[in-house]
Amino acid sequence: MLAVRGLAMHIPDGFLSVLVSIFFWILSVLLISLVLRRVGSDLGERQVPLMGVLAAAIFAAQILNFTVVGGTSGHLLGAALAAILVGPWAAVVVLSCVVAVQALLFQDGGLLVLGANLFNMAIVSVAVAHMVYRSILKLSGGRRWGIFAGSFLAAWASIFLSALSAGLQLALSGTSPANIAIPTMGGIHALIGTGEGLITLGALAFLGSVRPDLLQTDPATSSGARAIWLGGLLISLVLAVVSPLASRYPDGLEWVAQQQGFLHLQREPLYRLVPEYLLPGIADRNLATVLAAVIGVAVLLGASWAAASSRRRGPQGMD
Amino acid sequence: MHIHFLDPYQARSSPIHRLDARVKLVLALAFILTSALVPPGAWSVLILLLAGVWSAAVLAYLDPGYLIKRAFLALPFVLAALPLLLTVPGEAVLPFQIASFQGAVTGPGLERFISISLKSWISIQAAILLTATTSFPNLLQAMRAIRIPRLLVAVVGLMWRYLFVLADEALRLARAREARSSAGGLSRSRSGGTIGWRARVTGGMAGNLFVRSIERSDRIYLAMIARGYDGEIRGLPLRRMTGRQRAILAAGLGTLFLMMVLAALF
Amino acid sequence: MLPLQRNELTRMPEEIDHRDSTALEIESLSFHYPDGHAALQDISLRVRAGEKTALVGPNGAGKSTLLLHVNGILRGRGSVRICGEPLTNATLKRIRALVGLVFQSPDDQLFSPTVFDDVAYGPIYQGLPETEIDARVHQALAAVRMEGYAKRTSHHLSAGEKKRIAIATVLSMRPEILVLDEPTAGLDPRARRGLIRLLGELPQTILTATHDLAMVRDLFPRMVILDEGRLVADGPTADLLADGKLLEAHGLEQL
Repeated sequence: MLAVRGLAMHIPDGFLSVLVSIFFWILSVLLISLVLRRVGSDLGERQVPLMGVLAAAIFAAQILNFTVVGGTSGHLLGAALAAILVGPWAAVVVLSCVVAVQALLFQDGGLLVLGANLFNMAIVSVAVAHMVYRSILKLSGGRRWGIFAGSFLAAWASIFLSALSAGLQLALSGTSPANIAIPTMGGIHALIGTGEGLITLGALAFLGSVRPDLLQTDPATSSGARAIWLGGLLISLVLAVVSPLASRYPDGLEWVAQQQGFLHLQREPLYRLVPEYLLPGIADRNLATVLAAVIGVAVLLGASWAAASSRRRGPQGMD
Repeated sequence: MHIHFLDPYQARSSPIHRLDARVKLVLALAFILTSALVPPGAWSVLILLLAGVWSAAVLAYLDPGYLIKRAFLALPFVLAALPLLLTVPGEAVLPFQIASFQGAVTGPGLERFISISLKSWISIQAAILLTATTSFPNLLQAMRAIRIPRLLVAVVGLMWRYLFVLADEALRLARAREARSSAGGLSRSRSGGTIGWRARVTGGMAGNLFVRSIERSDRIYLAMIARGYDGEIRGLPLRRMTGRQRAILAAGLGTLFLMMVLAALF
Repeated sequence: MLPLQRNELTRMPEEIDHRDSTALEIESLSFHYPDGHAALQDISLRVRAGEKTALVGPNGAGKSTLLLHVNGILRGRGSVRICGEPLTNATLKRIRALVGLVFQSPDDQLFSPTVFDDVAYGPIYQGLPETEIDARVHQALAAVRMEGYAKRTSHHLSAGEKKRIAIATVLSMRPEILVLDEPTAGLDPRARRGLIRLLGELPQTILTATHDLAMVRDLFPRMVILDEGRLVADGPTADLLADGKLLEAHGLEQL
């Protein structure tokens, strides 16, 4: 199957708490809605075909990978490349579509946790990449070394910081203790990030020779991109400060969560307080489990029988 | 060569396939939500959910083994939850010693770890079932129905359409690289050349792919305006759902709600 | 050969009125690319309703560029009139409904999830009601003999099938003029024959740019030769194809 990837950022369902999932869903929906409003102003009418085909290209480019060190494969997220080529607004839309379809069609990342994955891989990655690239470009005054250094660092940073964000989400959910999740995610992706950086650099070098017009070296930013630049800076600072802090305290985040009372909510849903006597006899866990298994098997058998008989009855095959 | 395995849709004429895509999408999402809300240790509900998915698979004329196989491919993330075995406080169930490190797998830790893994595994199978029984164009309509912005749906539609085309192109580029690197011989000694060289070649291919995409998007845009595109995203109105479909949706949601209540009692 | 299916699309009720009218009139058209290169120089062309005209010439002659002017994708100096209507910013939308442009690569034209969506695209943007759109899609698919393909995805179709669907996508808009860029390029002999047969059945005014001189001989009574942006010959196909020196001078091979 296609999904041999070194990128370990697509969090599956079940690994983030419902609270964290919903929080990041709301956050992502809000941010993406804002982006949708602005994206037309940069690209105009061509936005739909451009973003659609670019998203397909990123998807396809993920087939191209190469070994970085030993078994790890360098493998493209494409946030930095997209941000550099078509600007941050379109890049957010493009990456959102890629991440969403990966989750839906290939179960690369869950559906309930999609909001969190979108935040990491479509928003944080793009914002950070944009900020880093523009900063270095400005620093170099638009010269070639700025484009190359900027693209490498932007790509690396986009991977590294989205990974930190994912680590924080895992820690907040109580799935993985902070002092393991964050350093591990950070460490692995610091390495993988170099792959992303190198591929992005290679791609831009190619583009520089074939279609230099596609690389806007004009540091004058497009409409509102300054907001993204600031956003990227803010996110980077937050992640940079919070991550080492969280790592230092093994149960740091859980301690915080407990203080605020929502860890309680997370692990012990309020409705657990429903008294046991409502269903006498079923209260015994083991009995309930056996009962469930029996019901389950019965349902399965029933479904098989229904399917088999309907197949005999109904029309055969399709198209 | 066509990349068909990029499309997970398995065409059948089963009752599940015939269900409205909107019903399937909403039920799949509700199912995953239900699975997520199940507290750790409520094994009975998890078993019921699993039975539900497998039953649906059977009703869809699919072998549940198909779901199981594909689901395992997506689960290496389980490693992330491994530390829970040791860190969740509770009675020690499996003490061990590695060199000078002494630790123990706790009961609650084991319970949480297995819960997470199981829930994840079940959710993934539900998602696989959804895409195996619903063609992508129908999924797009379902996305429109649950109010996903038209712009996003349009972009996703185009992405899917050209995914196969570009994947073909990517494979051709990769194969050309293979031919070049073995014929060239200059990098044989270093098993594929330096990292820098490999990165540049891969990057070059990615860049190539991107340029072609941008140029292709220009041509597509011309085709669009030649047929009257004016910047607005228009489509045909969605068909209304029949009463029967609505009933199935309600029944499905009701069952899931019952499961949640059941889980709450544990 | 199957008898032609007469339906709304193959019947032109206004045929009598248009018999002597001009479908396409281009006067002194010139066009320069941004880099200064002159793509078209002082082109004048008049095509009557129902006439089938082929545009031939070497690569880089400006054939495709000229075609892009017919529906206003490119705008040059000089005038373009479609069915008497001048091409201006205000009339663009109407002109694009009158001119059905079929591009060389069908993959660029079939961009929707299903065949139905693609063929319905034009009518949708013409603002037609749903029942009308449905009818047009089925008529267009029938006209290109691709009924039953409505729910298919274009990716799985062969080159010949894609070409037909591409033609259907413009037929559903009920254009007066069909403009085709290299229609037989990339087709195997059987698909090519099928396409030529199809083009012969369509009653619209047709203007095509092509290298396929055999098709021109069989299907297009009038031939126009373009070279380096200039119109160098315009006349009956049989006469021009017999003129070996003329053909050779403009990078064409005599059949």
